[in-house]
Formats: sequence, C-alpha cells, structure tokens
Amino acid sequence: MPLEPFDQQPVPPDSAMPDSGPPLEEKKRTPRQITRARRRRSISRFWRQYRENRLGMVGLVVLAFFILIAIFAPVFAPKSATTETAAAANDQPILVPPGYHCSQILTTDPETGLVTRVEDCTTSPKVFYPLGTDGSGRSVSTLIVWGARISLIVGLVATVMTMLIGAGIGIAAGFYGGRVDSVLSRLTDWFLVIPWIALAIVLASVLGQSLFNIILVIAVTSWAVTARLVRAQALTVVTRPYVERARALGASNWHTITRHVLPNLFPIIFANTILTVALSILAEATLSFLGLGDPLSVSWGTILEQAQGAGATTGGQWWWVMPPGLAITTVVLAFTMCGFAVEEISNPRLRRR
Amino acid sequence: MSILEIRDLHIAYSTQAGPVPAVRGVDLDIAHGEVVGLAGESGCGKSTIAGAILRLLPKETEITGRISLEGENILDMSWGQLRSVRWSEASIIFQGALHGLNPVQRVGDQIAEAILIHDPKKNEKAASSRANELIEQVKLPARRANDYPHELSGGQKQRIMIAMALACDPKIVIADEPTTALDVMVQAQVLNLLKDLQRDLGLSLIFITHDLSVLVDVCDKIAVMYAGRIVEEGPAEAVFETPRHPYTKALGAAFPEIGDLTYRMSPTGLGGDPPDPMLIPSGCSFHPRCPSAFADCSGSEPTLYPAGDNRRSACLLVDQENRKATT
Repeated sequence: MPLEPFDQQPVPPDSAMPDSGPPLEEKKRTPRQITRARRRRSISRFWRQYRENRLGMVGLVVLAFFILIAIFAPVFAPKSATTETAAAANDQPILVPPGYHCSQILTTDPETGLVTRVEDCTTSPKVFYPLGTDGSGRSVSTLIVWGARISLIVGLVATVMTMLIGAGIGIAAGFYGGRVDSVLSRLTDWFLVIPWIALAIVLASVLGQSLFNIILVIAVTSWAVTARLVRAQALTVVTRPYVERARALGASNWHTITRHVLPNLFPIIFANTILTVALSILAEATLSFLGLGDPLSVSWGTILEQAQGAGATTGGQWWWVMPPGLAITTVVLAFTMCGFAVEEISNPRLRRR
Repeated sequence: MSILEIRDLHIAYSTQAGPVPAVRGVDLDIAHGEVVGLAGESGCGKSTIAGAILRLLPKETEITGRISLEGENILDMSWGQLRSVRWSEASIIFQGALHGLNPVQRVGDQIAEAILIHDPKKNEKAASSRANELIEQVKLPARRANDYPHELSGGQKQRIMIAMALACDPKIVIADEPTTALDVMVQAQVLNLLKDLQRDLGLSLIFITHDLSVLVDVCDKIAVMYAGRIVEEGPAEAVFETPRHPYTKALGAAFPEIGDLTYRMSPTGLGGDPPDPMLIPSGCSFHPRCPSAFADCSGSEPTLYPAGDNRRSACLLVDQENRKATT
C-alpha cells in the first residue's frame, strides 16, 4: 500500500488557526528567522496574558517607578548628600537651607556640671525637603532615593544567588535520587528548620559588615525553600518519557539536565525568582535594621535603623520613619503581585475562569 | 551469526516487598535483518526485556544472564561503553511516543540531539540537515522539523520517533508497542512505514505488541511470552495460523474477525488475569487459566519442546505428542 505523505493536503493560505501549523510562507524563511518570529510571538503572547492581570500590572507600574528612581538617583541629589561625615566636619549640616538651622539643645550634666551641646537637625517636611531631614540634617527624600539603589541591588543579586544554589541543589536531588537525594534533602530540611534570623545574625557578624556579605548571608539562609520546590518539580519531570528517551539516546547526565530537565523547570523557577526578590529585599531591610548591614551604604533598612537609634519613633518624627517603611512595603508588595501574575500564567491551573 | 543473543535472562525488579521476577529465563536470537515479534499480555515482561537490552531499567533491578549485542555482553559494559552503544548500535521506539518528545524543543532539534551526542565533531548544520533527511525518510515534509511536538498529530509524532530511532544508523531497533494510542488507519500507515524502512535499510527489528495479527504482518518470527517466559516461538505465519500453545490460541482469538457475525455473537476471550509475579502458579504458570489443562500441568514445569518446523512450544500436551510420535 503506497503511503500518502501526511501534509500534502493544501493548507488554505489564511488558515484559521495561526498557532496550529506554520503558514505556507514560512517555508521561504531561514530557520533563524522562524526561530525569531516564534520567540517574538511567544513573548507577545506572554505579555498579552500578563496585561490582563490587573494586580500584576499595578505591581509592574510600581516597580518601574522605583527602578527608575534607583537608576536616576544622581539626578535627584548628589551621592555626597547621603554622607554624614560632611555634615559632622562642618559642625553644621550641609544641607540645611537658609532659614532652617539646627536647634541647639543645651543639657547640663547634673553630677559634673558640664554643659554639652546637642544638635537636633531634624526638620519636618518643608518645600526644600519634601520629606524633611534626619538627625544629621540629611534630606530623607534623598536617602530614600539612594536607598532604593542598594535595596534593589541587594535584593536582585541575593535572589540570583539564592536561585543558583536552590535550583542547583533541587535539580541534583530530584535528578540523581537515591543517596544523593537523601543527603541533599536532609541538608535542605536542616536549613529550613534553622531559625533564619539567628543564622543570619551569626553569619553576618562572623563575615563582617559589607554589601557582599549581606548578599551572601541572604542567599545562604533562603535557598532551602527554592531547593525543595525545584526538587519536587524535578521529580515529576525526571519520570517523563522524554527523559528516559534522552537516556536511551546515550545522553550524559549533564546533557539531560541542561537540555531536558532545566527547560521544563524554567517557568516555575522564573515565577519563584520574582517572589524571592520580595523576600530578599525584606531580609536585607531586616538585617540592616538590626545593624548588620554595610554602615557605609544607605539602604531603606539602615535609614530605619538610624531612625530607631535616634528615637524617631517615640519622638514623633514620622517623616523619618514612615517613608523607608512604606518604600519597603510597597516594593515587596509590588514584587509579590508580579510574582503571582507570572505564576498564574506559567501554571494554568491557578488561572481563574 | 545473530546480532542479538539473549541467554537465560532473569530480571527481577526490586520493590519494598522484595524482588519481583518479571522475566524468568528467556532465550532469544535475532539474526541480521530479521524481524522478531514479542507478544503477550500486559505485565508478561515484554517491555522489561526491551529496557534490559538498552539497560534502561532502574539501578536496583537484578539482571542475570547474558545479552550479547554483536558478541559483546551489554550487562558487563561500563557506563561510558554503554552510552556509546545506546542508539548507535541499538535504538528504541518508545511505547507512548506521544509523551516521548520534549514539549519545549523543536522536533528537528531533538532528532539532531541524538546525532550530536554520538558525534560531537559534527556541526549543528550537518546534524540538522541529517534530521531533515530523516524526517523525509519517514514521509513527512522537512519543514516539520521546525515544529514543536504539540503542533503534530499522534501519527506524525510517532513518525518523528521513528526518524529519531534511525538517526545514528543503528543495527537493531526495538519498537515497543509503536502503535498504541493511534487509530487504526494511522496504525496501518505506521506499520507499513516501519516495514518499508526495515526492508530498505536492512534493519533488525524487535517488535513488541499484544496484537498477534499485527505481528503476522510485520515479523519473520514470533515469540509469545507469558508470566516472564517464552511459551511459544516459531515462524510468524505458522504460529498465528496453527498455534501449538493454548495461550497463543487464546491470544489470537481475542481479536475479533471483522465482518464475522459468529464472533460478535459469542466473543471469545480468556478469563482471568495474568498471575501476580510474586505468586507464580506451580508447574505450568498458565494452567489456572488454561482451557485444556490436565492433572500434570500443576505439577511438572514444561520447557520449550520442539513442535515441528523451527517451532517450539512450552506445553505438556506438545511433549506428550512428541513422546507418542517417538514410541
């Protein structure tokens, strides 16, 4: 019986199903052009679905706002405006405009009779300082703008490290199984049950205060959740027939992992990444608030720490405490909303119908 | 000389309840360019043998015996040797090809993948043009190489799997139920394609299915398995037309003859289920379900007795006949 080739029936040029089969004109294009066209199409499909998600769009707009602020921080104020030393050397805050001087409070020590002069440079919001100034006369709005940089950078870099460790360990555990899985899973469990803040405090004080160390501390304390998630998903991917096929092809383990397992885990890793950024930013703020951050760089957490140290919360200086707190909450919320939106697209079962 | 020789193969899966014997002493020879069919119910050990030939079974599985591929015992091979033999010497068309393709890769790339794994010196362009050739060899237009698996129909996917099995010019191809989950028309097309390719390329083919009538069409030789053993083997036509083992008879009768009203009125089939591999009946493992069982069947275990003309059957009835003939 002669065989009829499958696709010889003429396809109408304007097929009703653009996605089910390539239109005839695709034949003339080179494979690379086809690849590019497909990639464009899948990105625009993703974007179309994302746009329909209202929460996700709100999150994205808020994020864009903060990212722009972080990028264009030098436009708003010079970096030197965030240092305390300049203010201290002058014995007068550099940023206090004419007409606003620090009030001098004279206190007398009751035992020695010595008089000390204490400067209080906090100012409530005025036109020149939209958010007022902090205890050393720095504009809080400038601090927020520059703090956005550090907070976002730390959040993103720590997330990348978290994902590398977590996905690596999760895939290794899920793919190799057996003894490797038991060892790696117990390690993951161990990191999951350790109170992270205690571990982070110990690590941060052992490693010393620097920006890189705080990133490292966040990554080391938060990879376990990702590892467990990725392992669970890897376990299901590994049993799929195409992974067995790859083994039958004579593929090495590395080849199978990079070509077959990882691409199929990518959506879940991607959605998890965005949610992890939110957690990393929160972790950075927490550690900085506890005084474990880099003292030389301003982040939202360090602003809060200084405000707390200067008694701003009890002193009613709301303009010093609220902005960094709100900034942290808003950005974390925005990342979470984006993360949920992406998760919903990559996992159709979550989609509300 | 045969290309594949299986000798006294025993395979036991390891489970929490202890080892489960899935294959219990199988001998099988496949000559160059020969098509051998393995038939039997689900769970009789057909696919386990396929997995053992490429050593795809779980690590803990106990395998004893000998599987020699061109004189080399696969069971003794090191990991590196094994990887180079896989696909370039023996390849497999999987059961349920519909899921055997990675959903996030173009099918052409997946065919090229097999070529590149075994010949890393080859550049990607050469591999992809070879992939296009293979796709045309299985009678699909070459531009299908740019499709993702979800854009293909079941039959098309199965053709891609066949193209992939041929990618490294293997000497032997194992087709593990290549036509399950396809409709009858597409089944026939895929079978014809396999037959043509086997003839044109001079492949050796192991064809695994539960459908005896398919095997008659395609195979030179049929081996029927029951509960981990071969119960009957011989030339395809002869085994199908005049089965010498009651199980083969029942298996052949399980498929109705289309247009024959008597079949529709009284469907013939075999009662019961294949035995639990942990509790294989004594004597002939088929005797509890066998319509022609007699007293001896539960006591003495039959081996494969000669049953005329290159045929062997593991039935005590055949043994009795043989004895009568000699005395």
